[in-house]
Amino acid sequence: MLEVSGITRLFGGVTALEDVSFTIGQGSITGVIGPNGAGKTTLFNIITGIYGRTSGRVTLEDRDISGLPPERLARLGMVRTFQNIELFGAMSVLENVMVGLHTKGSSGFLACSLKMPWSIAEERRIRETAMKWLEFTGITELADDCAGNLPFGKGRLLEIARALAVEPRIILMDEPAAGLNSKETLGLAHLIGKIRGMGVTVVLVEHDMELVMDVCDRIVVLNLGRKLAEGTPREIQENREVIAAYLGED
Amino acid sequence: MKREPFKFLLFAVLVLVAPLAFKGGYLMNVLVFVGINTMLAVALNLLLGYAGQISLGHAGFFGMGAYLSGILTATCGWNPWLAMPLAALAVGILATLIAFPILKLKGHYLAMATLGLGIIIYIVFNETVDLTGGPSGLSGIPNLAVGSLVFDSDIKNYYLVWTFTLAVMLFSVNLAGSRIGRALRAVHDSEVAARVMGVNARLLKVQVFALSAVISSLAGSLYAHTMTFVSPASFGFNFSIELLTMVVIGGLGSVYGSFLGAALLTLLPELLRGAQDYDIVIYGGLLMVMVMFMPGGLVRGIPDLFRRMARLREGAGNA
Repeated sequence: MLEVSGITRLFGGVTALEDVSFTIGQGSITGVIGPNGAGKTTLFNIITGIYGRTSGRVTLEDRDISGLPPERLARLGMVRTFQNIELFGAMSVLENVMVGLHTKGSSGFLACSLKMPWSIAEERRIRETAMKWLEFTGITELADDCAGNLPFGKGRLLEIARALAVEPRIILMDEPAAGLNSKETLGLAHLIGKIRGMGVTVVLVEHDMELVMDVCDRIVVLNLGRKLAEGTPREIQENREVIAAYLGED
Repeated sequence: MKREPFKFLLFAVLVLVAPLAFKGGYLMNVLVFVGINTMLAVALNLLLGYAGQISLGHAGFFGMGAYLSGILTATCGWNPWLAMPLAALAVGILATLIAFPILKLKGHYLAMATLGLGIIIYIVFNETVDLTGGPSGLSGIPNLAVGSLVFDSDIKNYYLVWTFTLAVMLFSVNLAGSRIGRALRAVHDSEVAARVMGVNARLLKVQVFALSAVISSLAGSLYAHTMTFVSPASFGFNFSIELLTMVVIGGLGSVYGSFLGAALLTLLPELLRGAQDYDIVIYGGLLMVMVMFMPGGLVRGIPDLFRRMARLREGAGNA
């Protein structure tokens, strides 16, 4: 499904990532973990087209997507969420999800400003579909609230609803459990399972080990910009190098 | 959203009957300018209030529309109705070409670049004397006409200009509530998130910049054909700043706010004429007070003021 091969990224003289490679299977849930500064978010930013890479390749379903901008990736079925929630704060919750359906519409400046019948019909369709995604993530009652005023946990859910509206085949979540309480984290684990149930491949960067071990099929461990280990949650838990990296033993 | 058509209709009726209240006179001429300035403020608001991209060079696009229309009709003898769309097309193409490199910049840098653009256009108006008449201006621009109806009086020009202004306002209200308007606001709030959702932010910004320039050019053409005379002084840096002030004072991201801002800033100098030397001081003071106490602009500040007054009265009644 997604193949990362030999990704290297230099920031000036600092090597943020060095020759990182792994493959993610269709319909799987993969966790990317590692101590702070391991390069997890940088890796996400490269895969999702926000940063450029120094060298290496990313392929999505055998198609080379390295260096493609995020707006192209959205149309190819890849979407992400952000560590520090990036909502459209001045817009309503429903409108946020409707932006997620941008690629499902085609009305341009002219059709929109003239309110052509087909653009009105399209708008209605987009609104209905957006409601469906609010329902899916359980925040229907917040539809008309201003997204900027949402509590953190609900904002997370909205970000996921908005991402799902793109109808991705793969979704990358950057620390989805950060800032959530234990009850919300439990709900998140359930939601991630539901997303996989639709056939969507899930990749998460996460610090919450319980969540990672609980929901992931496979785990990739990064440390100091290199891949340290890869395997099932059980294999990773027993891996000496991983334990050493986390606890600082040698 | 359902209330939008009603709101627009009410506004259009008010515009239609406003001349009855003023019974012609010199204020009619000012109301023509309110129309032109509203059009310009709405155009700039699409760019600044919705897409979040600043321009300090819009007086330049306004001037280009005016001069192109003026030169094509007064010098080349074209029909004004042909000159107007052609000027708009030329300005649209130029704005698109400039927008690609310039909109890569953000914030203060974009402000500086558009400022430079406006100044360059202003210098061209001044220096290409053979074409524009230089600082002494270009005169003899014909009025617009439909058949035997020539738009040569203030009242006729009022209805002519406001027809265009209302059309621009209606289009903008429609656009704001649509898929494109939503994408523009998304780019404003978080460009990176908008892109992840599949919004081509770069292209969208270029498109809205060009659209804004085209509307400004149309306003310029109307200005030239109603005034029959243009000179560079009307299209300088000061006017770009005045437009920006209209948008901010009226309310960012509100089409009706742009009207309020344009109306206030056009009428205020006329109303303050009685204050003689103090007019500038009062004018500046009023703007400062409004920005301080109505940070959301007139369009949000005035209803807020009424609510507060109602609450005050209620409080007094209870006591």
